[in-house]
Amino acid sequence: MIRVRRSAVIDAPIERVWAVLRDFNSHSAWHPAVGPSEIENGEPSDQIGCVRNFTLQDGNHIREQLLALSDRDHVSTYCILDATLPMRNYVASLQLKRVTDGDRTFWHWESTFDVPRGREREFDELVGNGVYEAGFAALAAYLRRDGRSVSRVTPVDSQGVVATSFGGPDVLQMRRLDAPAPRNGEVRIRQTAVGVNYIDVYIRKGLYRMIELPAPIGMEAAGVVLESQVAGISPGDRVAYACTPPGAYVTVRTLPANQLVLLPDHVSDEAAAAIMLKGMTAEYLLHRTYRVKPGDTVLVHAAAGGVGLFLCQWASALGARVIGTVSSEAKAELARANGCEHPIVTRSYSFAERTKQLSGGRGADVIYDGLGHDAAQENLAALAMRGHWVSYGHATGALEPLNLGAKSGTLSQPVLFHYTEDSLQQMAGRTFAALRDGILRPDVRHRYLLAAAADAHRDLEARRTSGQIVLLP
Amino acid sequence: MIKVYTSSVIDAPADLVWARVRDFNGLPQWTPFVTESRIEEGWPADRIGCVRNFRLRDGGLIRERLLTLSDFDYECSYSILESPMGVENYVATLKLTPVTDGNRTFAEWWAEFDCAPERESALAEQIGHGVFQAAFDSLKKVLAR
Repeated sequence: MIRVRRSAVIDAPIERVWAVLRDFNSHSAWHPAVGPSEIENGEPSDQIGCVRNFTLQDGNHIREQLLALSDRDHVSTYCILDATLPMRNYVASLQLKRVTDGDRTFWHWESTFDVPRGREREFDELVGNGVYEAGFAALAAYLRRDGRSVSRVTPVDSQGVVATSFGGPDVLQMRRLDAPAPRNGEVRIRQTAVGVNYIDVYIRKGLYRMIELPAPIGMEAAGVVLESQVAGISPGDRVAYACTPPGAYVTVRTLPANQLVLLPDHVSDEAAAAIMLKGMTAEYLLHRTYRVKPGDTVLVHAAAGGVGLFLCQWASALGARVIGTVSSEAKAELARANGCEHPIVTRSYSFAERTKQLSGGRGADVIYDGLGHDAAQENLAALAMRGHWVSYGHATGALEPLNLGAKSGTLSQPVLFHYTEDSLQQMAGRTFAALRDGILRPDVRHRYLLAAAADAHRDLEARRTSGQIVLLP
Repeated sequence: MIKVYTSSVIDAPADLVWARVRDFNGLPQWTPFVTESRIEEGWPADRIGCVRNFRLRDGGLIRERLLTLSDFDYECSYSILESPMGVENYVATLKLTPVTDGNRTFAEWWAEFDCAPERESALAEQIGHGVFQAAFDSLKKVLAR
């Protein structure tokens, strides 16, 4: 068994070097000894287990398999499966480390393998000099040639769950996609957790026409910045977003940096994916559309739903009396455990009388209504004099014109993205603080691989899930 | 708990750099900020558990305990017992790795510690830059070929 070790310092930031090296099929683009190369079976070139099949410039033919890949430690490990060279048991590992002094990269490359007796020196030279040292120099030159525009060097493959037509969960299919190089003001991120929301189902069904088919769906995700063309966000930063247009069900995404927030250490990627859209919705509904005060009576419909639970948790922490509507006893229990003092179990949208009773005849100071049409008359009846009716969804159809004058009532029909347009950072900041302080308690009970998004939708629509659903790319 | 990480490249072979930095009592010989150092109770400077007691140029006194020392990995770690810096649970590691290209040395130095939240960024800067990087810069001069 011989061991070959080589190391060098590359005059480029670690993110740039890693963006190239983590792609198991990039070597034909930069290594002078490598000829044509392809990943077998069309697998992504960063998938553990994928096999690269290539010829060397000297005519030799090699198949190598990716064994391990760590974006955190910047390590890639692989082995030779077949080679026309007499090398056996070849396992190689390359690791990058950041040189903070000068923002450079330390690159260590080593391997162990067996060769026929007497040919050790020959192969030490061949691998150590012909492959590793030649590779150091070639990649450094490759990165220099490309100047600052790292993005062109590294065409990044993305995969995503695409709605191929409008319809049931089966229209969702995994497809190869392109994550284009970031332009000015944009970043490219590798996503680590994607949030699933009911709006994704509406979009998949074509009820909300927010995509041109075929296109990936999804509104929110968290991940790590690969490349940035904007000041203040750097490769390696942990970020999250909730935004239009849809397209979050992907492994790599390029999007405008003004949609992103930096994640504090205390917010995990999963928590971020679970909380960006629903948590920021609760934030603006409770603090911006209407400012909930201690002593307010708050009526929350679908109190055990995704946004409903956050509204109950946060409104009760603000000192409000929280009344909620739910469709079953089990959901009433869940709502109660999350700050809803008075869950009302009703399937027929009758709750006005009970709301008045619970509030000493006064009614609700604010109603958070995602129900819409079928509950409209009850909502008007349940509203306190000069109360505020916040209609942020319409599960049973759009509202018709209302006689709000009967209560001197105020109606708002807010949309999250009209608030995030200019207040995203403050909204996310308050949401993360609520998470840190235990006010918001996301409950990620369901995790699916990104490729199994259709299963997640089936379970969501069949009401087999509760709490938040996260897809893992 | 915050972590400070500093790394650099020293233009000298790793065994020469290691010979300098493995001496737990040798700070005055290669750092710009330590004036005098002794090992308490007459212990050898490479015995795990020994305590170095040294004085900074600005007069501050620091006591640190050697936790690990590996001549094989070119790596040592130590904790702070007493210092004027206001840090708790401070553990630092210094590690060298040979760079075969140019026969140089990749040097890493990192520390983890607790401190008052409002002092985190100032301490991170002071330790990462004022101590670790300053010591690396001085090491580069001392070992210049």
